[in-house]
Amino acid sequence: MQTRRDALKRSFAVASLLMGAGLLPQVAQAFEKSAFDAKSVADVFKALGLPMPAESKDVALTAPDIAENGAVVPMTVQTNLPGVKKLMLLVEKNPSPLVALFMVNPSVETSFQTRAKMGQSCDVYAVAVMEDGKTLFSKKEVKVTLGGCGG
Amino acid sequence: MADPMRIRAQMAGEKINVRVLMSHEMESGQRKDANGAIVPAWHIQEVTATHNGQTVMTAEWGPGVSKNPFLQFTIKNGKAGDKVGVSWKDNKGDTRTDETTVS
Repeated sequence: MQTRRDALKRSFAVASLLMGAGLLPQVAQAFEKSAFDAKSVADVFKALGLPMPAESKDVALTAPDIAENGAVVPMTVQTNLPGVKKLMLLVEKNPSPLVALFMVNPSVETSFQTRAKMGQSCDVYAVAVMEDGKTLFSKKEVKVTLGGCGG
Repeated sequence: MADPMRIRAQMAGEKINVRVLMSHEMESGQRKDANGAIVPAWHIQEVTATHNGQTVMTAEWGPGVSKNPFLQFTIKNGKAGDKVGVSWKDNKGDTRTDETTVS
C-alpha cells in the first residue's frame, strides 16, 4: 500500500532529480499561482523554479508547539542574513502548503509575522530565498488539537 | 467594498513597528456548505505596504492565511508623522487601501 508519506518522499526525490538535470523551467511572474496551487512542499519549489532548501540555523521560525485552534496559528519568519530576496511560510500537510510569500525590500526588516490555518499536526517550514538563488529553511513541528479546515 | 483595515504604526527607536489587521473572509476553497457544494476560494492574493508613498513590502498570500489576517513587519527608518499605507487585492479583484500616521 502506498502511504501519503511514501508518495511525498517519492515526489521529493523526483523533484530533486529534475532540479539536478536542470529540466525545470524558471518561472517569474506577478502572482505565483502555480506555487499556491501546488499540492506538496516539493511541488511548491518546483513551481517557483527553486532548488530544494538546505536546513539553516540562520532562518528563524517562531510558532507555538501546540496550537489549540488550527484556524489561527501565529507564525513568524525572521532572518539576519544579508541578501535575502524572499521569505516564505509553508505548512507541510495543508491542501496547498504555500501560505505566504514575502518579497524583501531593503527598507524593511526581514521579519514578518502572520497567522495561518493548519489542517492537522505537521511541520511548518520557514524558507529564505537568497539573491544568489540558494534556499535555506528551518522547520518546526506544530501540533494542532482542532483543525482549521473543517466546516 | 470590504471593511476597513486596522493599521497601527508605532515608533520603536528609529524603527516603525507596523501591525495590520485586515477584514477578509479568507475562504480556502476546501470547505463545503450545508448542501455539500464546495465554497469557492476567496482570499487575499497580494498585499502591498507603503511608507510615505514608497512601496516597502509586497507579499503574496494563499488561502492558508487565517480569516481576518494579521500581519506584522518593521520599517527600518522612520519618524513620527510618517504615513504608512497598506493595500490588498483578493482573487475576485476586490481591493482595499488604508493609511495611517505613525505615532
